[in-house]
Amino acid sequence: MIDELFTISTLIGILHSCVRLATPYLFAALGETFGQRSGVLNLGVDGIMLMGAFFAFYVVFEGHNLWVGVLVAVAVGVLMGMLKAFVSVTMQSLQGISGIGLYLFGLGLSSLLFKTLIGSVEGVSGFRQLAIPLLSDLPGIGHILFNHNILVYLAYLMVPVSWFVINRTTLGLKIRAVGHNPEAADTLGVSVNGVRYTTLMIGGALAAVAGASLSIGLQNVFQENMTNGLGFIAVALVYFGSWRTVGVLGGALLFSLVNALQLWAQALNIPIPSEVAVMMPYIMTIVVLAFTARQIQKPAALARSYERGE
Amino acid sequence: MFDSLKAVQAEMGGESALEIAFSEGMFRVTDASAAIRDYASEGFDLVIAHGAQYGNSVFEVASDFTETSFAWGTSSDTGAERGFENVFAYGAVANEGGFVNGVVAAMLTETDVIGVIGPVAGDAKLYIDGFVRGVTEIKPDAQVNISYTGSFSDTTLAAEAAHVHIQAGADVLTGSAQQVVGAIGVASENGVAWLGTQSDQMSLGPDVVVTNQVYDWANVITDMIAKVEAGELGGTVYRLTFANEGLRLEFNESLEIADEVKEAARGAIEDIKSGDVDPVLIEEE
Amino acid sequence: MNTRVYLAKLIDVLLPVLAMLVALLVGILLLLLLGSDPVKAYSALIQGALGNVSGITQTLTKATPLLLVGLGICIAFRGGVINIGGEGQIVVGALAATAFAVSFSKLPGLILLPLTLLSAAAAGLVWGGIPGLLKARLGVNEILTTVMMNQIALRLMNFLLRGPLLDPEHVAAGTSIPQSAALPESIWLPRLVPRTLFHSGAILAVLLALAVYFLLWRTTIGYRIRAVGLNPHASRYAGIPVPKYVTLSLALSGMLCGLAGAVEVLGVHHRMLEGLSGGYGFSGIVAALFGKLHPLGAIPASALFGALLVGADKMQRAVQVPSALAIALQGLVVLFVVSSDLYVRRRTRRRVGEDGPEEAVEGAQFEEPPAGTGEGANVASADVASEGAGREEDK
Repeated sequence: MIDELFTISTLIGILHSCVRLATPYLFAALGETFGQRSGVLNLGVDGIMLMGAFFAFYVVFEGHNLWVGVLVAVAVGVLMGMLKAFVSVTMQSLQGISGIGLYLFGLGLSSLLFKTLIGSVEGVSGFRQLAIPLLSDLPGIGHILFNHNILVYLAYLMVPVSWFVINRTTLGLKIRAVGHNPEAADTLGVSVNGVRYTTLMIGGALAAVAGASLSIGLQNVFQENMTNGLGFIAVALVYFGSWRTVGVLGGALLFSLVNALQLWAQALNIPIPSEVAVMMPYIMTIVVLAFTARQIQKPAALARSYERGE
Repeated sequence: MFDSLKAVQAEMGGESALEIAFSEGMFRVTDASAAIRDYASEGFDLVIAHGAQYGNSVFEVASDFTETSFAWGTSSDTGAERGFENVFAYGAVANEGGFVNGVVAAMLTETDVIGVIGPVAGDAKLYIDGFVRGVTEIKPDAQVNISYTGSFSDTTLAAEAAHVHIQAGADVLTGSAQQVVGAIGVASENGVAWLGTQSDQMSLGPDVVVTNQVYDWANVITDMIAKVEAGELGGTVYRLTFANEGLRLEFNESLEIADEVKEAARGAIEDIKSGDVDPVLIEEE
Repeated sequence: MNTRVYLAKLIDVLLPVLAMLVALLVGILLLLLLGSDPVKAYSALIQGALGNVSGITQTLTKATPLLLVGLGICIAFRGGVINIGGEGQIVVGALAATAFAVSFSKLPGLILLPLTLLSAAAAGLVWGGIPGLLKARLGVNEILTTVMMNQIALRLMNFLLRGPLLDPEHVAAGTSIPQSAALPESIWLPRLVPRTLFHSGAILAVLLALAVYFLLWRTTIGYRIRAVGLNPHASRYAGIPVPKYVTLSLALSGMLCGLAGAVEVLGVHHRMLEGLSGGYGFSGIVAALFGKLHPLGAIPASALFGALLVGADKMQRAVQVPSALAIALQGLVVLFVVSSDLYVRRRTRRRVGEDGPEEAVEGAQFEEPPAGTGEGANVASADVASEGAGREEDK
């Protein structure tokens, strides 16, 4: 029976699932990478995702265009990022705990708004599958990579974009400098707080789009706490990816691959106990990281507040 | 449950006839316990704890407030053996609806592959067992693929599970727990039939939700209120079944459903009512 | 210590309370937007949490697990690590306690109770110790591992409560509610007030708070944990085996969370059931923060935060607002409280300038544990770097 898992069509199916499952993780984890590279840990990603998911859904539910939904989510995400920046950068609070505050705030507020403005679980018509002409006809690869909704493509597009911004632009240089040695960056005239506000706003925007990718892309509903802790996994994936965009991509794909595998194994009635199957993605992530963690260089100033000497 | 309460309230003559207060989001059992005790001490005549995990709390409070009536579910335990006289228990015989949905699934499927999305192995067992039994009743060779997400609220994984079932050839899907909302969205996008249960899921996929097993608690509530007013504070176990109209199978009126499907479903319901069919899975092998 | 410093410290202690009040003011706005009467809502909140015996006991019942988790968080923070695995550690603690007590239910209570608590402590120790060990030895970030361990614990619970630990009575009755059999009555923690849930686990929690205080400020182990938390590099040069103490602080943190799980089972539910951890793993972090990450501060802080949670529930019932409002308010409280810390630190630095350097160098001396400085140390070290304890030292 196990060989059923290794037929070509099943393998294509697994990889197709994997690519799609990684979408929200990618958006959120790439966003978190910006913040962490500049030295700010944001544990509140899940809360921002929920806010983004809600607002995107609400806008579409009210009959507006899907892209308006995405834009509103981005705006809300930027605001949540600013809130986090105000608390962590301006007020120099403990970054881990303030993230948890942000998470609870986003979780509570999104549920409250949902209860008040919508009330019951409803569906909308979200982004449709968009097969890319020609490319999607390629055997195997075509289905795996080029037969998704547009937010999925966007998530993967964000990988090289983020890489470029962080590694090839002035802003990226400032981000890395601030994350590595804020004192030195400050001396060179870089506004440490300004950079950190920027990265947290970028992170907030991407986390909100991650939420939107669920509520108007992959599932087309909103439900209280629909992220189910996905944002925390995304933060973990940043560590997993060693603060590198490609690493984050690898982490998101690996985590999703194990999930896709266990879903497929169950759906094909392969006799593995589902109790074990559902734990696998989490165990695998820990195990893989235990073998690779030593090479990681983390941003030296991560999770440290910075205050200018007077 | 709350919707049924509202319906009963409206029937009895609005808020002046029946006062309702409710708490939701009681994820911590201790909070629910506090809420139950509060309502009892505030003088409500009937306190309903809707969740099997609240059983301990119900009995603890019920022993302190013997003049107040309590109800809880899903359960069949009124504590009568332990001397409780003020506790009702209620539950739905979900395997009946599962069986009928299974019959419908078998009638609808053309690929003879059907996907089921469950929360945690062992949960929703009644519904899923009944469903499998219903499918095999019509099409013994049809393949029913069951996958569990390991969670009740992981809508993301439930949605992907729907994708996987569809790619593995399923053309009819069903599932249970609150997480399935994401899966219905996927079924809707792919135009794959969905058979609903527990709650009204038609608005989530108006084009694909074919049937819906609905729990109607109104009769139970009305009866409990009548009993409480007559001074009988507990002791009854209520079961929602097709026979007592606590379970209903709704067809999606906006879809064109073949007559033979509807007839098969109605036939299955009649068989269950008359006891000709026992919608419990007979272990194979 | 002069009056001015004393006053300043009083302000430090009251600041979280003030921040909480500000958050509740924002809550008024939200309530008005929801069309609810804020006066009615807040009087229900206060009345519900503190107005009568029922409210007070509910508050204290809720404060008990918050305090235990909060103590665990204190140790982790002092050791320079973040433990967001409280949820999972509570769950495995409760599972271990249940499994042990149900399996050996024939033992006399006096033997069974300590062993049950021990098995919960051991389970928590392991669940916290694994991330600790991975961080110390392999440099795996503890945020990642504790998040993953939460998910694993949850799924382990789902499995055990439907399989090996499922109440045989339920199996027989065919009802299959996912909960364990009841624990033997001989080891139920006695209720302190009849007809309420308030149980003697609260006393255990307070005793453990004293023990944690003693451990952190009166023993070499505690001193080293704090030293590692403040400055791992300097600690290493001072000859402290940093990886060992990183592991230890996460393991101890997990142990206390595991005990919280056992106390919930033994004191409140008398069996293991789903939803037992109910967010205490996160709320406990907040409670610890209220107490300025100090074990003794955590005692009033968890009572205060417990009151807020209980009151918010009452408020929901009184004015029928969605329970999500309470969660959003909780988040705001945290954000305001952590922000208010800036004022404390600014003033601390000024005070250092004026009053001489003693307070500033606390914890930076590595030879002997500074005696009697427990009260003052919290301000300066509250801003522990959550990162970095394990990374460079083991290269």
